[in-house]
Amino acid sequence: MPSVRLAKVTKRFGSITAIDNLDLGIEDGEYLCVLGPTGSGKTTLLKLIAGILKPDQGEIHIDGKLVNDVPPQERNTAYLPQDYALFPHLSVIENAAFGPTSREIDREQAIEISGKMLEMTRLAGRAGSFPNELSGGMQQRLALARALASGVSLLLLDEPLGALDARLRVELRYKLRSLVKDEGFTAIHVTHDQEEAMVVGDRIAVLRHGQIQQASIPFTIYNEPKSIFVANFVGGANFLEGFISERGPSGSWVQLRNGLAVRIKETGYSPGERVVLAVREEMTEIVKPAKRNGETNVFAGTVTSASFLGSLIRYEIQLENGDVVNSRMPVSLRNDSVLSGERVYVRLQPENIKTYLSPSGGLYIELEAV
Amino acid sequence: MVRKGTFTDILFLIKYISAHILFQREMERQSVVIAQRKGTSRFVRILDHLSSKAWARYLVYVFSVLFFFALILIPPIAGIFQKISLFGEVYATPELLARANSAILWSFITAFTVSILDLVAALPLAWFIVRSRSKLISLVDTLTDIPFLIPTAALGYSASLFWSKPEGVSNLFGMETFVQPGFLLVLLLHFAFSYPVIVRVMVGELLGYKEVYEVAAKTLGAQPLTSVRTVTLPLLKPALVASFLLAFARSLSETGATVMVAGGFENGPVFIFNNVDNESVLVYVSSLLIVTSVGIFFLVRLLAPRLRLPFRRAWPDFERRLSSPASAKLRDGTTIATFLFFVIIPSLFVSLPLVNALADGTLGEALGGVEPWISFRDSMVLSYSIGLISTVVNILIGLPAAVLIARKRLRHLTPVFDALVNIPIIVPSIALGVSLRFFWAAFEIHEFWVLVLSHTTITYTYFVMSMAASVESVSPDMEEVASTLGARPFAVFRRITLPLTKYSAFSGAVLVFTRCIGETGAARASARTLKTVPVLLVDWILHGTASPSESALGIGFLILASFAILLILRIVIRGKR
Repeated sequence: MPSVRLAKVTKRFGSITAIDNLDLGIEDGEYLCVLGPTGSGKTTLLKLIAGILKPDQGEIHIDGKLVNDVPPQERNTAYLPQDYALFPHLSVIENAAFGPTSREIDREQAIEISGKMLEMTRLAGRAGSFPNELSGGMQQRLALARALASGVSLLLLDEPLGALDARLRVELRYKLRSLVKDEGFTAIHVTHDQEEAMVVGDRIAVLRHGQIQQASIPFTIYNEPKSIFVANFVGGANFLEGFISERGPSGSWVQLRNGLAVRIKETGYSPGERVVLAVREEMTEIVKPAKRNGETNVFAGTVTSASFLGSLIRYEIQLENGDVVNSRMPVSLRNDSVLSGERVYVRLQPENIKTYLSPSGGLYIELEAV
Repeated sequence: MVRKGTFTDILFLIKYISAHILFQREMERQSVVIAQRKGTSRFVRILDHLSSKAWARYLVYVFSVLFFFALILIPPIAGIFQKISLFGEVYATPELLARANSAILWSFITAFTVSILDLVAALPLAWFIVRSRSKLISLVDTLTDIPFLIPTAALGYSASLFWSKPEGVSNLFGMETFVQPGFLLVLLLHFAFSYPVIVRVMVGELLGYKEVYEVAAKTLGAQPLTSVRTVTLPLLKPALVASFLLAFARSLSETGATVMVAGGFENGPVFIFNNVDNESVLVYVSSLLIVTSVGIFFLVRLLAPRLRLPFRRAWPDFERRLSSPASAKLRDGTTIATFLFFVIIPSLFVSLPLVNALADGTLGEALGGVEPWISFRDSMVLSYSIGLISTVVNILIGLPAAVLIARKRLRHLTPVFDALVNIPIIVPSIALGVSLRFFWAAFEIHEFWVLVLSHTTITYTYFVMSMAASVESVSPDMEEVASTLGARPFAVFRRITLPLTKYSAFSGAVLVFTRCIGETGAARASARTLKTVPVLLVDWILHGTASPSESALGIGFLILASFAILLILRIVIRGKR
C-alpha cells in the first residue's frame, strides 16, 4: 500500500510557477482532499505524482521510493482526469480491462478482475455498451472501475464529481468515499468545492499559488484557519480591518474604523499593529435590541438585505461605523421581527473571533479566489 | 430506493437476474475480443518494451526528421542549386528568357485568379451542404468528391472535349469550338479541379463551427447576412486562408491537364513540359517557381493573421433584402448551376466517348493485348507500384512526424518544422521533379526509384498534415490516462491514438495514393524513359497517337482501378475494427 511524499517540489511552465517549493505527505490508506481555486496548481500536482509531468526541482517518493525518473506506466498510480478520458472506441468491459491487459496479466484473470470491478461499480449490465451510451454518473463509475481494475492502490482524482449535475454530485460524494475506504485505497482528490472536500477528505490540503496554505483534518481547517485566505475560501467569513488599541493579559481591544472597539482574545499582537478580524457568518448573532445596548461586543446596525437560502436565512447588516457584516442562521431560529431596513444589534463573541496580521498587499488581494 | 411489496421485489429480482445473464453473455463475447487482443505478437510486445526507453523513442523521431530533411526537403533544393551556373545560358538568349519569365508570371496570375473565383463560387456550396435541409445535399456532397478522385489529366481531356470540341458545349451554339485552347480554357479547367478543394475544407470547418456565435449575433439584431459577414467569416478566416492556399498550390502545380488545353498559352509547368530537354531553361524556370511559391506561401502565412476582413459596419436594409428567402433561393440556385455547368459536367464529359469505346470494339482490342495497350498495361503496373510504395513509405515515415507536430514534441521548433513540411505541396510538382532528376542523377540510381522518391516527396505533406490534425484532436488526457494504467508509449499509440485516428490515417493514405496515380508533372520531369499512366495518356492525347475512344477507355481504366483500390482499402479497414 502506498504512501506519497513530495519534498520541495517545483514545476514551472515558462514564466509561470505552477507548483512552488511544495512539501506534502500522504499516509497509506488516507483520503486526502486538495482544495484550491482554479489555477492554484491542483491538476499539475496530480500529474506530477502520476508521472505525466516531471518536477523541475524537488523529489517525489511513492512508498519510500524516489520516483522522479519512473515513467507513469510503472508508478502504479491511476490518474482520473476531470472528463474521465474514457476510451470512446472501446466498450465498457474493454475500457475496464485496459489496465490489466496493459500490465500483461493473462486473459482470464484480466476479465475476472475487470468484471469484478464492474460489478462493484454496478456497471455489469452495461459491459457491452460504449462510453457515449452511459450517463454522467455511469461514466464516472466506469472511470473508477477502470482505474481500480488496473491493480493500482493510489488513486489520483481530478475533480471526479465536477462534470456531474449538482444533485448527483452530492449523492456520489459519499459513495466515492466509502468505495475508496472500503477497499483500502489511498486517494488524492482534487476539488475547488469546499463542501465536497469537507465531506470526503480524511484531511484537507488547501492549495494556493502552487503552495500548501494549510493541511489538516476538516474540523481544524474550518475552525482554526491559519490564514485569511483559508478562512475565506473554506466557509467564508466577515472580515473587519483595524488595529490593536490596547493589550492586556485576558484579551485585547481592536479599534475598527470610526472608532468602533471590539474585544478579542489574547493574541500576541502589540498595540498599534494592523490586524484583520474574521468571524464566521453563523457565529455573527443578531440579538434583541432592548437589553443589549452598551454590552461588550454588541453593535448597532441596520439590516440592508435578507436572503432566504432554504434551510438558512442570511442577513446583511451595516454597522454604525460603515462596516458590513453578514449573519446566517437556521430558518428555525429566525427572528420573525427582523426585516430589511430594521435596526438591530449584532453580537460577536470574543472566542469566535480569529485575528490575523493585516496582509501587506491589502485585504482585498487575500480574499480573491485565485 | 427499494419499496416493499412482493410485486416490486419480483420485478427487482427479474431485473437483477437478467442483468446478470446479460453480463455473463457479454463477458463471453468480450473475452473473444480480449483474447484476440492478447494475441499481440512477440514482435509488437518487444516494440512496446522498447518504447519505454527514452533513447528508442528519440531514435524514431530523429529518424523521421532526418528522413524528411535527407529525402524530402534537401534534394529538391540541392538538385536545382547545383546547376545554378546554367542561369548564364538563359540570359544569353533574351527571347527564351522573355518566354520563361512570362510563363512564370502567368502561372501566378492563373493561380491567383482561379483561387479567388473558386473561393467566391465554392463557399456558398459548402454553406449549402452544411446548412441547407434540402434532399439534394447527399447527392451534391458526393458529386463534389468526383473531381478529386479523377486524375487531373483525365479532367483535362474531359474539359477540353466539353469546351472546345464540336461534340461538346459548342454543339449547343452550333459552333466548331466554343472555347479555343488557351488561357481562358486553362482558367476554366483550373476552376473545375480547384473547386472541390475549397468545398471540402470549408465543409469540414463549417461542421465544426459553433453556430451559437451566429445565433447570438442574430438575437442582437443582426440580419442573417450581416451576422455571417461580421461574425462567422472572420472566425473562419484561418480556414479560408488555408483553402485559398491549397487551391492556389493545386493550380500552380497542375501539369498534365494544363498541357492538354493550353494551346499556345504557356505557364510555368507547360513551359517546362515543352522544354524538358533544355537543361538551362529547366533550371531557370524551376528554381524561380520554387523560390517564388515558397516566398508567397510564407508571406501569406505571415500576413494572413494580420489581415482584417473589411466592412465592420452593417447596412441593415440592404442586407435584409439579400437575406430574404427569395435571395437565398437565387443564391443556392446560381451556386448549384455554376457547380454543375463549370465543374461536374466538364469533369464527367469524358464518359461519352467512354461509352462509345465500350460499344465500338476498342474494349475488345484493349483486352486482347495489342499496342498501344501493352504499353498502357506496363504504365499501369508502374503507376500502381509507385503509388503503393510511396504510400507505405509515407505512412511509416509520416506517422512519427505527425506526432511530433501534433504533440509539439519539438517545442518552439515545432512551428518551423510544421511550415517546412508544407513546402512540398506549395512548390509546383514539375519543378520539384526537374530538381529531383538532377539531384538523384548524381547517385546513378535507377529511374524507377527516382520516380518513387519524387512521388513520395510531392505527397509527403498530405499524409503528415491530415494525420497531425487528427492526432491533435485526440485529447492528451486520453493518452496520459492510458499510460498511468500501465500501457507503455508504443502500446498507448497502438491501442488508443491509432484506433481513434484511423479514419484520418485512411483518408490520408488514400489522398497520397490517388495523388501519386494522378500526378503528371513530377512523373514527366523526373524520368526520361519510364512513363506513368498520366504521362502516357497525355502523350496519346497531345500527339494524337490514340483515337478518342482509346484515350477515353484508358482514362476509364485508370478511374476504375482507382475506385477498386479505394473500395478494397475501405473493406480492409472496416474489417479490422
